[in-house]
Amino acid sequence: MKLTLWTYEGPPHVGAMRVATAMRNLHYVLHAPQGDTYADLLFTMIERRNHRPPVTYTTFQARDLGADTATLFKTACQDAATRFQPEAMIVGASCTAELIQDDPGGLADGMGLSIPVIPLDLPSYQRKEGFGTDETFFQIVRHLAKPTPRTEQITANLIGPTALGFRHRDDCTEVTRLLADMGIGVNVVAPLGASPSDIARMGAAHFNVLMYPEHAETAARWLEREHSQPYTRTVPIGVGATRDFLAEVARITGLPAREDSARLRLPWWTRSVDSTYLTGKRVFIFGDGTHVAAAARIAREEMGFEVAGLGCYNREMARPIRALARDYGVEALITDDYLEVEAAIAALHPEMILGTQMERHIGKRLGIPCAVISAPVHVQDFPARYSPQMGWEGANVIFDTWIHPLVMGLEEHLLHMFRDDFEFHDAAGASHHGGQHVPAPATSSVPSDDKGATATPVAAGDAGSMPAEAAPPAAVAHTTPELADPTAILWLSDAERELKKIPFFVRGKARRNTETYAAQRGVTSISVETLYEAKAHYAR
Amino acid sequence: MTARGCTNTPVLKERGQREVFCGLTGIIWLHRKMQDAFFLVVGSRTCAHLLQSAAGVMIFAEPRFGTAILEEKDLAGLADAQTEIDREVARLLARRPDIRQLFLVGSCPSEVIKLDLARAAERLSAEHAPHVRVLNYSGSGIETTFTQGEDACLAAMVPGLPQTEAKELLMVGALPDVVEDQALALLAAMGVGPVRCLPARRSADLPAVGPNTVVALTQPFLGDTHAALMRRGAQSLSAPFPFGEEGTTAWLQAIATEFSVSPEVFEAVTAAPRARARKAVAAQAQDLDGKSVFFFPDSQLEIPLARFLTRECGMTAIEVGTPYLHRELLASELELLEEGPVLSEGQDVDLQLDRVRTARPDLTVCGLGLANPLEAEGLATKWAIELVFTPVHFYEQAGDLAGLFARPLRRRNLLSGLAPRVEAAE
Repeated sequence: MKLTLWTYEGPPHVGAMRVATAMRNLHYVLHAPQGDTYADLLFTMIERRNHRPPVTYTTFQARDLGADTATLFKTACQDAATRFQPEAMIVGASCTAELIQDDPGGLADGMGLSIPVIPLDLPSYQRKEGFGTDETFFQIVRHLAKPTPRTEQITANLIGPTALGFRHRDDCTEVTRLLADMGIGVNVVAPLGASPSDIARMGAAHFNVLMYPEHAETAARWLEREHSQPYTRTVPIGVGATRDFLAEVARITGLPAREDSARLRLPWWTRSVDSTYLTGKRVFIFGDGTHVAAAARIAREEMGFEVAGLGCYNREMARPIRALARDYGVEALITDDYLEVEAAIAALHPEMILGTQMERHIGKRLGIPCAVISAPVHVQDFPARYSPQMGWEGANVIFDTWIHPLVMGLEEHLLHMFRDDFEFHDAAGASHHGGQHVPAPATSSVPSDDKGATATPVAAGDAGSMPAEAAPPAAVAHTTPELADPTAILWLSDAERELKKIPFFVRGKARRNTETYAAQRGVTSISVETLYEAKAHYAR
Repeated sequence: MTARGCTNTPVLKERGQREVFCGLTGIIWLHRKMQDAFFLVVGSRTCAHLLQSAAGVMIFAEPRFGTAILEEKDLAGLADAQTEIDREVARLLARRPDIRQLFLVGSCPSEVIKLDLARAAERLSAEHAPHVRVLNYSGSGIETTFTQGEDACLAAMVPGLPQTEAKELLMVGALPDVVEDQALALLAAMGVGPVRCLPARRSADLPAVGPNTVVALTQPFLGDTHAALMRRGAQSLSAPFPFGEEGTTAWLQAIATEFSVSPEVFEAVTAAPRARARKAVAAQAQDLDGKSVFFFPDSQLEIPLARFLTRECGMTAIEVGTPYLHRELLASELELLEEGPVLSEGQDVDLQLDRVRTARPDLTVCGLGLANPLEAEGLATKWAIELVFTPVHFYEQAGDLAGLFARPLRRRNLLSGLAPRVEAAE
C-alpha cells in the first residue's frame, strides 16, 4: 500500500481509453463497476470532445458479484457490437474486474463475433496509464496490421498521438508539414483519427515517425521487426531536435534533408536584445520523459537557461532521463510522488519551472513562474488556436509559452527604474501576472529584536512585480518549515537594507548566493561585508 | 392535478450501463465541510484518479483526502493489509496532527477482496484515542452511487454520537457553511432550538441524539443515515426538501409545527426572505417558463428539483431519472410533483439517450460525460454535478438555483448567431 495524494498518471485502462477514444470505428468494452465511468468526463470536459468515448462499461454492482458477471460482460459485448457496429473491439478489465477474474478476452473470443476482438491484459496493480496507452496500441497494431506493399511515393506513419495528449492534435499537422517539405507523404496517423482499417494498411509506409515513445514505442519496435519499417528516434521538439529529426529522416529515406524554416522565429527572438535577461535563468524541468528531454535541450541550447534540476514521473523513461541529467550535471528526480517534486523545487528554488499542471500548482504556491510542457493535461492545454510543440511552429510556440510567465526584459528594467514611484512601487503588486503576490510576513532570517522595525518593510519591498522574486527563499522556508535549513542564517538589518538596493530581478539570486556562501563558511549572520564578499566570490 | 401527484406513478426501472459517479466523489465536499477530518480511501489508482479528476484542480498541497493504493503484493497476500493500513495511518497522523477524525473509506477493490475496514477502524480508534476517532464506510461504486457516499459517511457517524434526552432539532446533510448559517438564523429567529448539525464542522461539535431528537433532512439522498437515526430513537419530519421558495417554506413549516412556533412568528420570520426568493426566482424563470426538462440520474436530487422547476419556474418535466428512488423520504415531493413525467430509476444509458433524442427537451440535466456530446447534438444541457457543489438550498439561493438552469438557455440565445459547426476535439 502506498499513500497517494495526487497522481501524474491514471490507471492503465485509462491509457487504453485514450487510444480507443483517439480512434474511429473501434469500441472498447470494459468490465468495470459504475464509478469507473468518471473517465468519460476527462475526454468530454478536458478535451471538449463532442462524442462520448467509445466505451461500454459493464457497470456491475455488488449484487452481481455473487451471480453471473461473465454473462453481464457478454451481454454488454453483444449490445455494443450491435449498437455501434465497430470495425473491431478491444476488451479488458479495470482494477476491480481484474480481481473477479472473468477473463474478458476469453469470454469475447467465445462469442463468435464477426469482427476482430482484441483482448487487453493491463495489470492495474502494477502499471499505469502510460503503459496502458503503449500496450493497447501495440496490441491493436499486432492484431490488425497486415503485410501490405509499400506505397510508390515515400510515406511515413505518424505513430503515438492519442486522445488527451499534450498538443498531439497540432503536432500531427506540424510533422506532416515537415515531411511534406521533404516530399514525404503520410500514410496513416495512429491512433489519433485512425480506424481499424487504417491500422491494417500501416505496413504500406516506408518508415514510422515515433512521435511519442510513451505511447507507441512497443508498436514501433514490433513494426520494425515484423514489417521492416525503421522508425525515428528523434522527437522533433525544439529547433535543434527538429533539424536532427530531418537529418534522421534523410538517413532513413535516402532523400536530402530539406528544411523550409521560413516560419521559424525562435532563433531571432531568443537572440534579440530583449531576451538578454533570459541568460542563465535557473529552470527546473519535470514531466513525461520525452517532453522533459526535449525541454532540457531547448532550455540550454536555445533559450540560454541553466537547467537547475530535471526529472520525470514515468519510470519507463528513468534510464534515459538519468543519463540526460548526468549530461546536465544534475541529479534526475524519478518519482510519481507529487510531494517529493514539490520538496525538490522548494529546495532548488529555481527562477522558473517547466512542468505539468501539477508543477504549475506548486509554482503558484511557491511564487515561482511556471510554463506547462507535458501531460497530465488540463482544459487549458487544449487551446482553440493552432499550438503545436513539434517542428518550426512548435519552437515558436514554446518560446512564447515559456517567456509568458516571465516579465519581459525591458519591462523589467523600467519597473525597476520606477519602483519608488508613489503609484508604481513594489508593494503595489503585480499588474497582470495572476493576482497580487502577498509577501510572507516576518521571516526567520530576520533577527528577532529587529522584527518590528525591519521585517515588515523588507517583506513589503520584496513584493516585486516579478513572481520569481516575490517569494524570497526565506518565504519558502517559512511555508514549508520541514525544508528549512536547520542552521538558520540571520540577515543583519544593514545587510537586509543593502540587499534591497539590489535590483529586484537579481535580488533573489543575490540572497541565495550570499546565504550559500555564508553557509559554506559557517557564517551564521550576514553583514554588508558578507554580502559583498559573496558578490566578489560569485563574480564571473 | 390530482391530490397525490406522482405518488402512484409507475416507475421505469432500468438495469444496464450506468453513467454515474461512485460514492467516493462525496469526499470532495465532505472534506471541506468537516475541517478536522481526513478521508483515506483504501483502493486503487483508479480511485485516486477519480478523486483528482472530480476535484478538478489541485488547490491544496496536501488535501485532507488521499488514497492508500493497493499494490500487487497486497493482493497476493504477501503483505498483511491490516498491518499496511496501520503503517500508513500512523504515518499520516504523525504528519497531520490537526486531524481529529479519520475515515477509512472502502472502494470497489477493497470490497471485492473483503478487506475488513471496520476491524481496522476499531483497532486504530483504540490506538489513537482520544485524539483521533477512526470510522469507516464504503464509497465503492459497486454499492454506492455518487451522493450515497455522503449517506454512507453520515450513517457511519450515527452509532458513535452521544446520547441525549433533550428535545433538539438535528439538521442532517453537508451544506455549505453560508447556507447552513442562513437556516440556523431563520430557525433561531423562530425560537426553534437548540439546533445541531450533522456533519458538524469540527468533531468537537458533534451532535447528540436520542428519543427527543427531531431529524430534518436537508438532502433527499440520506436514507441510510435517516434509518440509523431512527434506530437511535430519533423522530422524523416529513416534508419536501428546502429547494426553492415553496420547498423551503414547507420544510420550515414542518419544523415550526413540531416546535410549536406560532403562525404569526412564522410569518414574521419568513415573509421577507420568501418575497425575496419569489422575486429572484421570477427573474430567472422568464427563461425557463414553458420549457421542457429531462433529468438523467445523478444525485437523487432530481425529483425535488423537478418539483421546483415545474411548480416555481413554469417548466414541464419529460423524464425524471434518479439513481435510486426512496419513496418514504420523497413522499411529500412525489405528492407535489404533477403527474406527467416518466419517473425512471437506475439506468441503461444508451436506451435513455435514445429517449432524450426522441423527446428533444429544451434542457437536459446530465452528468459531465454526457453534456458536451448532447450539446453537439443540439440539446442544451445543465451539468448535474454543479447542483451538488453549489449552494442551492433555502430562500436566498432559490434564485441562484433557477439561474443554474436558466444560464445554458440564455447562453444559447446569446450565441444564436454563430453557425453551430461543432468540431471534434481531436
